[in-house]
Amino acid sequence: MVRRSIVLVALVLAALVAVTLPAQSQAPIKIGVIEPLSGPVAASGNYIRMGAEIARDWINAKGGVNGRKVDLLIEDNKSDPKEAASAAEKLIVRDKVPAIMGAWGSSMTLAAMPKLEEYGVPMVVETSSAASITKRGNPWIFRISPPSEMEALGLEQYVDRLGVKRVDFLAVNTDWGRGSITAFGDMLKKKGATVGAAEFMEQAATDMNAQITKIKATGGDTLFLTTAVEQITLVMKQAQEQRLGRKIVTTGGSSSPTQLIKQAGAAAEGSYHIVFFMPWFPEAMPDGRLAKAFVDEWAKRGHPFEGLTEGFRGHDGIATIAEAIRVAGKDEAAAVRDALWKVSLMGVNGPIKFEKDGPAGKESGQSKPSIFVVQIRDGKVALPDFLAKK
Amino acid sequence: MDQLLQHLVNGLVLGGTYALLGIGLTLIFGLMNVVNFAHGEFYTLGAYVAFAALGWAGVDFFVAVLAAIAAGAALGWVCEVTLLRPLRGESIDTTMLVMIGVWIVMQNAELLAWGGVAKSIPHPFPTAPLVLGPVAIAPLRLFVLVLAAALIAASWLLIQKTKLGRAMRATFQDRDTAALMGVGIGRIHAATFALGSGLAAAAGALLGPVFLAYPSMGDLASLKAFCVVILGGLGNLPGATLGGLLLGIAEELGAGYISSGYRDAVGFVIIILVLLFRPSGLFARQERIA
Repeated sequence: MVRRSIVLVALVLAALVAVTLPAQSQAPIKIGVIEPLSGPVAASGNYIRMGAEIARDWINAKGGVNGRKVDLLIEDNKSDPKEAASAAEKLIVRDKVPAIMGAWGSSMTLAAMPKLEEYGVPMVVETSSAASITKRGNPWIFRISPPSEMEALGLEQYVDRLGVKRVDFLAVNTDWGRGSITAFGDMLKKKGATVGAAEFMEQAATDMNAQITKIKATGGDTLFLTTAVEQITLVMKQAQEQRLGRKIVTTGGSSSPTQLIKQAGAAAEGSYHIVFFMPWFPEAMPDGRLAKAFVDEWAKRGHPFEGLTEGFRGHDGIATIAEAIRVAGKDEAAAVRDALWKVSLMGVNGPIKFEKDGPAGKESGQSKPSIFVVQIRDGKVALPDFLAKK
Repeated sequence: MDQLLQHLVNGLVLGGTYALLGIGLTLIFGLMNVVNFAHGEFYTLGAYVAFAALGWAGVDFFVAVLAAIAAGAALGWVCEVTLLRPLRGESIDTTMLVMIGVWIVMQNAELLAWGGVAKSIPHPFPTAPLVLGPVAIAPLRLFVLVLAAALIAASWLLIQKTKLGRAMRATFQDRDTAALMGVGIGRIHAATFALGSGLAAAAGALLGPVFLAYPSMGDLASLKAFCVVILGGLGNLPGATLGGLLLGIAEELGAGYISSGYRDAVGFVIIILVLLFRPSGLFARQERIA
């Protein structure tokens, strides 16, 4: 009996070794992902996860990277900066990932950044727009989303045609919202507009009537709104209830106009939105074929259309990391970091290539993404009236 | 002046919703001595039941609110019977931990069932505001305010004037004596918890269409409800009502005239002051139910 058990154990062990040996040489390349999968901005984080999964499946369908499959290790930062830092530590120390994509919100990304420097692992930042992220001298940061300054510059050419003379701001009370008010305020002042009120709301706040009443009293013509789509919906509905009557321009690219049409209805009519992907007319994107393929794959998987304006970031982030690992020829953090400086690829948003940003000697990488403006007209997403008229 | 009037109207409407959130919690807290951390989740449940009833079943708005109240009360009853009843006589900390568990389970169940994307709840009211001189108010918000007042009044009458209410008050003043007088203690506990949970669900069904329904919406609701209970005093329905209005107006004026970046801070400063100077609540002079 005992002998039989020993034989059995030996057989099982042998089988295990046989299975693990070839698997080890072919072990998948792990890429870490940190996104808000629960909490107030969970919808956005989940869309990015879906986009990242499309990139992973496309890469694996083409044979993977350097002959190895890509595997995503996805951590939830619960829309909370503290969780973002511990998620980064877990991915690096326990899972030994060579690169991370994350962490949606600027406050969450900023919280995770010291961990990257401590352990020496690069992170591709797919959404965050606070300027400070690439200005802090963290050489492990590579951002493919535009900082608010870049977004403001992208809008500058349209300011006259938008007819912005007296502007008010309402932004979420985070690094992103505060940074956005500074960036757009500076640009608009330069263009000769006067700035009235600059108001804030907490990320989870649902009643913004006080802020709207205050903004109404300034008598401006345009309201710049910076927050995620849930709060944009609420502000638009409450602005309508108070007869605010302003042009509304949303910044940050998290406005999901399709969702706004569904949930804010008539209150969203006429509003302008800065976006980094136009799934309504993918052929107008820099790489129309890739954009169209992404929109089709998204629909095929049954993901909601309104998630596309977030989802593409997940694709572009993972595609960037995979390309860097291919260039590096190995999945080691330092080699991937060096390779990120060399990558040049086409994402759904457009060309991705990193330039140096921040204090000399410790620069972060910043790509220069494409920026678009769309408008909600007659319950549909369209190019803005001033562009359509031409 | 016009701006001040609009701020006061906004504050009154917001305060009415805070009061509605607070009364359910103050009942359970004051009468049962249970710190109900899951209060906000019953609020979320109410919003989603209303969403399902209006969006899918296509029923009348009032029916949807009633369905939400029924669902909240039923789940509250189940919670009391299965989780709290075996712990009766345990310390307040033990039941608090159990309710934190319920909070986590319910919130994640909601995330699983409905997904993270916020849902907009349809309602039959026109979106154009009612304009009264310099102030504007949405018809839906006015309706919510009126219904909140009616629910608060009905709860107060239930506790003060009915036999069930008398039994509730007796039970929580002295359980043993009440039992000797023939009051069914178990039923009273379950009824109180069901009433408090039903009120939270009613708040969710009424406020869901005003805002949006999403799984973590209860966190903010819980926070505000606890503020209201501290302001008003435990188990004190008129206190919770006044506390809610006070908090709403203070936040509104703070955001309007101090800084919107410190809107929530204004509310918390008031709570710190209350705890320092009137620790049993601003309106503790009135007789407490418990």
